[in-house]
Amino acid sequence: MPTLLAFLAAEPATKQVDPWIAFFSLITVVVTVGMGFWTAGKSKSAGDFFVAGRSVSVGWNASAISGEYLSAASFMGVAGMVMATGYDALWYPVCYACGYLFLLLFIAGPLRRFGAYTIPDFAEGRYDSPVFRKIAVCFVLFIGFFYTMPQMKGAGTTLAYIFPGLPYWAGVVVVGAVITLNVSLGGMKGITLVQAFQYWLKVFAITLPIFVLASVVGHYQSHLATNKTAQETTATALPGIERKALPAKAPKDEAWIAPFGKLTTKAVDASIAAAKTPEEKAALEAAKKPYSLLYTYSLIIALVCGTAGLPHILVRFYTNPDGVAAKRTTMWVMILIGVFYVFPPVYGVIGRSLTPELYDAVGAKGTDKVVLELPTLLAGRDHALLGSILSGITCAGAFAAFMSTFSGLLVSMSSALAHDIYGRMLRPAASPEQRLKAFKWSALIVGLVAVGLGSQVEALEINFMVGQAFAIAAASYFPLLFMSVWWRGMTMRGAATGMLVGGLSALASISLTSVSDVAVAKAKKLTDAAELAAYWADHPLAKGIADFWVAHPLARILCEQPAIWAVPLSIGLMIVVSKVTAASIPADIRMKMLVLHAPEALGLKQEYIKEHEGLGGH
Amino acid sequence: MKEPSPVPVDVHSDAFLARLMRDQLKLSIACALAFTVALVALPLLNYFQPEMMAQRVFGFTLTWLILGVLFFPFVWIISYVFIQRSIALENAEAKAAQDGQTK
Repeated sequence: MPTLLAFLAAEPATKQVDPWIAFFSLITVVVTVGMGFWTAGKSKSAGDFFVAGRSVSVGWNASAISGEYLSAASFMGVAGMVMATGYDALWYPVCYACGYLFLLLFIAGPLRRFGAYTIPDFAEGRYDSPVFRKIAVCFVLFIGFFYTMPQMKGAGTTLAYIFPGLPYWAGVVVVGAVITLNVSLGGMKGITLVQAFQYWLKVFAITLPIFVLASVVGHYQSHLATNKTAQETTATALPGIERKALPAKAPKDEAWIAPFGKLTTKAVDASIAAAKTPEEKAALEAAKKPYSLLYTYSLIIALVCGTAGLPHILVRFYTNPDGVAAKRTTMWVMILIGVFYVFPPVYGVIGRSLTPELYDAVGAKGTDKVVLELPTLLAGRDHALLGSILSGITCAGAFAAFMSTFSGLLVSMSSALAHDIYGRMLRPAASPEQRLKAFKWSALIVGLVAVGLGSQVEALEINFMVGQAFAIAAASYFPLLFMSVWWRGMTMRGAATGMLVGGLSALASISLTSVSDVAVAKAKKLTDAAELAAYWADHPLAKGIADFWVAHPLARILCEQPAIWAVPLSIGLMIVVSKVTAASIPADIRMKMLVLHAPEALGLKQEYIKEHEGLGGH
Repeated sequence: MKEPSPVPVDVHSDAFLARLMRDQLKLSIACALAFTVALVALPLLNYFQPEMMAQRVFGFTLTWLILGVLFFPFVWIISYVFIQRSIALENAEAKAAQDGQTK
């Protein structure tokens, strides 16, 4: 999720280890490992490992999906972003939660009815094309690793924050080892239980501290009321609501509380700052609001479609017993994560009143740690012990956040390796025992690679990595699934072209903005004019791109948030190429469509499978 | 919602599949439309009616209250309605098809 994880740039803090924080974090890890061993005895068959025996009840599965979805970025990043940029950041939690509606309306039911183990299974089954399975596997692994790296980075920096002095890689190794052990012990069935537990832990960890805190320092709306809008001439001062003075770096009240603020106008602001003539400046000022509106819409499309296309979330729908259960599960997921997402903005709003000093630091030491900082305020209000305990609980929630997301990613990537590559491509004749063994080995391999990659990304932007995962998913998997389910005229070539061009062009355009942003951020740290000139001379390409962005803010917005053009591009290509290659529509397309859409009560799936086995399987 | 067809149906006919997909897609699109209209309208209201959206309601601004709090239950209602209707639709289709097969 394209917001900063807390602590991403955290240097080892100088403070002492708080015993309560250490205690609650340890409990979370111990319970996670314990549950792994407990479920190990219960997971026996290959079906248990890949799709939890397709028998996960709606309540368990909804909790598990929610637990997997709420990563550290949701837990800490959303609060930090609301505090830093105000109203516009609310689109993130809202679209993260509401994106599931598209999944429910168009994808969840049919996908479950098709009865595959993984998304590549679906890709091959729908188009009778082994080649397409390979392309789909590559995308699962690619999006998976992009999404894994920030989770690993969150683990490394959080542990270094809780235990000052521990090196960054220690956290990566500890979390990587714990989760890899869990996944190889219990597979999908094992982590379903762990993730469900972690969802409830996260909800508890985000709600309890804020309720206690709000009862002491004042409520959500009272703190929001003290921020004046553009029409109000003076800020409302409410009795009993304390508000500290904002530092110069903090956005002004009027801009913070209103739409079209800092988050969406950054590109134009940079151009205005660089404008040479007053006319140029006036023209840009006039364009600021329309561009900001465009940015908002593109962000909404990326988040809503990206949510409906994340492979590690989609694979969970196969664990439901049937299509109706898949739909019910999705509705409960929306309720569970919706309830959760109401709260992070509350931390952001109260944090703006009470911990404005966070505005002065950046990233991990700045607004992103507001969720962990706020509970400690109680210590200064004669509730020292309570403050420590609540802070420990929020730390445990943070731990649960990146552990559960990583375990989901690990299962979906291990499945891709063990089921799609080993079971379908290398050894189609493998016995169930061999497949089970392959799953365990795959989990180990993916775990090792993830730890290896995770320990290398300390310097990388988390924004960059997570944003890419969402944008690629929005422009590749979402169009693929949506069109494959609802349009019988789709061909394999059409699907592959749309998915590849959409996904890769989204990736390329985001990379363009990130490369120049990283370079500009480094250049800002140099104060010496000669050093600065030398730095830019060494990076002519980044300099060229950065200058281009300043001159063309609209191009920059479209590259930073590519969904508004990449999603239609992908769908358009699918239609055009499919029309051209219409001769290669699978012969039994009517049967395939029936299996996707007909109610299970008709038993058409059994017919379909028999028909295929009669033809020598697929 | 559409009543099931009284005429016996053959599940392996193109007509059955076309009707099945059309009815399901109609329901999905109707629900998606309610959601999309809200998603498109809120930024537009913020854009053209900033004063109205900045009014205070219980301390929140109107637009903050809508996006930060009310949007979630709104989506829950849509999904609840969708699931009820979609299950009813499937049952009706299954019944119509089974009647057709036994005849």
